[in-house]
Amino acid sequence: MNEELYTLEQVESVLLDSGDTAWIIVSTILVLMMTIPGLALFYGGLVRRKNVLSVLMQCLILTAVIIIEWVVVGYSLAFTTGGDKIDFFIGGFDKIFLNGIGVGQLLEGYSIPELLFVSFQGMFAVITPALIIGAFAERIKFKGFLLFSVLWALIVYNPLAHWVWGGGWIGELGAIDFAGGTVVHINAGVSALVMAILLGKRKGWNIKSEDPITPHNIPFVVIGTALLWMGWLGFNGGSGLAADGISANAILVTNIAAAAAALTWTFLDKIINKKPTVVGFCTGVVAGLVAITPAAGSTGVLGAFVIGIISGLVCFWMVAYVKPRFEYDDSLDAFGVHGVGGIIGSILIGVFATQAITGEGGAQGTLYGNWSQLWVQFIATLATVLFSALMTWLLFKIVDKLVGIRISSKSESVGLDISEHGEIAYE
Amino acid sequence: MKKIEAIIRKSKFDEVRKALHNADIDFLSWWEVKGQGTATQGLIFRGIAYDVNAIDRIFLSFVVREINVQKSVDAILKSAFTGESGDGRIFVYTIDQSIRIRTGDRGDESLYDKQK
Repeated sequence: MNEELYTLEQVESVLLDSGDTAWIIVSTILVLMMTIPGLALFYGGLVRRKNVLSVLMQCLILTAVIIIEWVVVGYSLAFTTGGDKIDFFIGGFDKIFLNGIGVGQLLEGYSIPELLFVSFQGMFAVITPALIIGAFAERIKFKGFLLFSVLWALIVYNPLAHWVWGGGWIGELGAIDFAGGTVVHINAGVSALVMAILLGKRKGWNIKSEDPITPHNIPFVVIGTALLWMGWLGFNGGSGLAADGISANAILVTNIAAAAAALTWTFLDKIINKKPTVVGFCTGVVAGLVAITPAAGSTGVLGAFVIGIISGLVCFWMVAYVKPRFEYDDSLDAFGVHGVGGIIGSILIGVFATQAITGEGGAQGTLYGNWSQLWVQFIATLATVLFSALMTWLLFKIVDKLVGIRISSKSESVGLDISEHGEIAYE
Repeated sequence: MKKIEAIIRKSKFDEVRKALHNADIDFLSWWEVKGQGTATQGLIFRGIAYDVNAIDRIFLSFVVREINVQKSVDAILKSAFTGESGDGRIFVYTIDQSIRIRTGDRGDESLYDKQK
């Protein structure tokens, strides 16, 4: 009889919370909305009209393919224990095909079903390779793109997710990445830069040209930005895996950083080029959202405000000055916004993390007298940059050898919509 | 019969159309085109300002009887004028034949509405 009695703590630890579960279900939907149609429209509007369908299709196919990949093997590689020798690097195969995860099973240490966690994390696995599309847009073969992206999800995303969130070495080190500054944004952004350089410039792309390549549908960019912004509230707000004060703070700081970065960009536009541009505002929004992503669970209003402003300043500088200086054709600024914004957020956690948010004994930054967190954040960032760059370089060489990545010059001139997909966007 | 073509500023199109209507020119076709010349148009994309020399223009074309040529040209000259570089051009051509498909009318008769 006595054996059936549990302590209060034990009872709490095995109860599903319907509020938490409901919020993470909503967050999962929000994060899916970020890729399709959010990112698809954002990127689709920025390319020329002859390539808009290719970008939409790339976002669509990645959503489908990565959902399958995630269930088959991705989740297991990222979120199971890989055995003593390799667990610092990658998880194991215990949960391939979601082996053994029952409907009633809760995620260990949380009050939501593990199956829900699988879905929620799966949406992150989808959007990360989709972000890279921005770097090679308008000049990539569909076949090469798909093979590259799937392999990238398998051997770049999964290990990194394991390093940071699945019990690997970066997480063990104490580095903070609340919603994917390293795993999602630095990872995708740095890979984007490597891809842009290896793939070469688009035909006719010259940043100082009198005939620049400009967006074909800015209202698409606006709708995409708005959907990204809304979705991001689930991206960051759901990453605490609960509906509580931390998620409320995450949503608050996410909005603050996005607003601060957008205003910063618009201010710079007005000062430097005399006109506040719509694409500029939208780019600022995304820069702020990216930068606050890793920090949304550890910083408050002040941190978010400063992170937003700094990300607006630095991303503007990267896109308007550094890119023209080095002339790499990062078509839609996947590196300039996601890579750089992610690095800013990831590092600045080490400055602005506060125990007002992380709780007593939690992480805090240099602003509160602790220098060790900054150092840890720096290592996590550097490791991510190096790993992403190296692996992407390797994958590019392999896939290029196997099926070819760069589209033929003739098809590029015609446009990817007709040459790769046999369709025309606007009759 | 003469064909009159004109390349004008997009911003002046409504005025030109109204002026032609007032000059009794009721049949008119036009296209949105891009043109290149000495004028440039400022564009900004992600922090970089460009002076683009491909500028949006309206290309319009219509055929009139000899008696209407002068007032059509005058109407365009007056309504499309700003005085700055990039106001456009007017071209006048001779037309060999004109046939109204519905009635089979040829020549001058095909160019105006007899009921009016």
